[in-house]
Amino acid sequence: MATDIASVNTTHGWRKVGRYSLLTFIAVLVLFPIYAVLLQALKSGPDSLDHPRSLLPVDLTFSTIRAAWDQGDLGRLLFNSLFVSVVVTAGVIITSLLAAYAFAFLEFPFKGPIFVFFLATMLVPGEVTVVFNQRTADSLGWINSYQGLIVPSLASTFGVFLVRQVFLQLPHELREAASLDGVGHLRFLWEVAAPLSRPTLGALGLFTFLGTWNAYLWPSQVIRGDRSHETIQIGLDRLKSSDISRLNLVTGGLVVAALPIFILLVVFQRQLVRGLTAGAVKG
Amino acid sequence: MKRRLRDAPAAVLMLGTSMVLLAVWTIYPLVRAVQTGHLSCNQTGTQCIDTGWSTYFDVFMSKQFQDALRVSFWLAVMTVPAGLILGVGLAVLADKHLRGIGFFRTVFSSTVATSVAVASLVWFVLLQPEIGVLPDLFSGWIPALKNPGLLRDPDTALPAVALSSIWAGLGFTFIVITAGLQSVPKELYESAYVDGAGSFRRFTNVTLPMLSPSILFISVVLTTRALQTYGEVALLTGGGPEPEKSTTTIPYLIYGRNSIISSDIGLKSAAAVLLFLISLVFALVQFRGLEKRVHYGN
Repeated sequence: MATDIASVNTTHGWRKVGRYSLLTFIAVLVLFPIYAVLLQALKSGPDSLDHPRSLLPVDLTFSTIRAAWDQGDLGRLLFNSLFVSVVVTAGVIITSLLAAYAFAFLEFPFKGPIFVFFLATMLVPGEVTVVFNQRTADSLGWINSYQGLIVPSLASTFGVFLVRQVFLQLPHELREAASLDGVGHLRFLWEVAAPLSRPTLGALGLFTFLGTWNAYLWPSQVIRGDRSHETIQIGLDRLKSSDISRLNLVTGGLVVAALPIFILLVVFQRQLVRGLTAGAVKG
Repeated sequence: MKRRLRDAPAAVLMLGTSMVLLAVWTIYPLVRAVQTGHLSCNQTGTQCIDTGWSTYFDVFMSKQFQDALRVSFWLAVMTVPAGLILGVGLAVLADKHLRGIGFFRTVFSSTVATSVAVASLVWFVLLQPEIGVLPDLFSGWIPALKNPGLLRDPDTALPAVALSSIWAGLGFTFIVITAGLQSVPKELYESAYVDGAGSFRRFTNVTLPMLSPSILFISVVLTTRALQTYGEVALLTGGGPEPEKSTTTIPYLIYGRNSIISSDIGLKSAAAVLLFLISLVFALVQFRGLEKRVHYGN
């Protein structure tokens, strides 16, 4: 919070040490749950029961993770989550690009009211719509299916607004020059507008992927007992066992479920920050 | 005028997919929920009679809804201020040009990678009296950790759920507040420094006012999340411990597997619409209350 000039004058050696100690202490607190669970996952079941106090990384083995993988059918769950998240992400990017293009570059009747309609849907939380969406999915025969997991999430009002915002900042001459050259809407969108908004599309894509991967309420209501279509978020619950000697299987499942996302976030940290802060900071 | 009609077919094609999807999966279920909220149904849900708007009032005043509302409310009280203070504190602490600060920032952001299910199950394992690490380490100070276990004691179950939520939300809060801090013009600090303001004064007179839009945003998001908590409860406590049901939030009352209203679409709809309205009211109150103090710059 202090500036550079301030720190020149006030940050003495001992203050630096104090700050580093505090930072390290809090970092340990924040990481401790992850460390403890990771360690438990890397120990064999009976061993972690015999020496529950040992938080030291000794006698490590992959046997718990392997057992969790087999018993929880985690390969299948990971595939389901990956498939659903990739399709939803691609779908959201396409529907957002198209709708944002119409709002930014086209003139058409009822543009204002339609825009307000989009705005209004952003206020409706999933917790209200799930009651009847489950019925709709049921009447379409989409309970326990990929369609049920995917289709309701394919339109994103947030995405439409985000992309529209970028399109509006593109120079108007671009579109005019393109139409003089006889370039159609779709070609202009695909070859000019979309490539120019790639950073925003990256943030939207990452955000959508994370949201879909992490979703809990809707998957838990539309997948009812069909293991072959469960996502990893709702499938992990099965590894919770009342049998104490097998309780640490959950830790193996947690490592498998969390690892892909940790890797994804380390790679795409910048896009994530951009996506998360889009609504919070004026810019 | 000519252009408006010429563009219309293209607009229909481009907006059509999104509009149909939003109409079917957002507007239709909302309208149906509002309509169905005035129905009272029999046990199997096959026969319903319209009891009018007063049904909403009856549901709101029912003991089950009041209990769930109280749980949701306390969850917000326990998680929002604590989450905000921790997030702002950490962001300010890490907002310094120190060697290796990038590492600490990554660590503090890291819980953003955990989903509701992962975060909840992490704490489920940590708090298990039989194999959890926390009972082993700290049951000397807090006996309830071992017997019966925080999640099984009606008095401590909700605070334990809150602990898991605060931890899981910390990364998100840290990232947003850090971005807010970085957008504060450095000259403001310099002139405050020249004017003789100490570090505490600089924090209260420069940092906090400039952060207020981010703080308002985080506060609204955290409150909405707290009121709509479902997954944490489903995985950590199943709404229990019985019979007090001391962690049954409103969403869990509506969607939980063993919910007493799970077969009554009328009651579920009414409770869902009420939840929506309550979340809206909380968000509006925060906007109205904090707006005057929020500094949006020029």
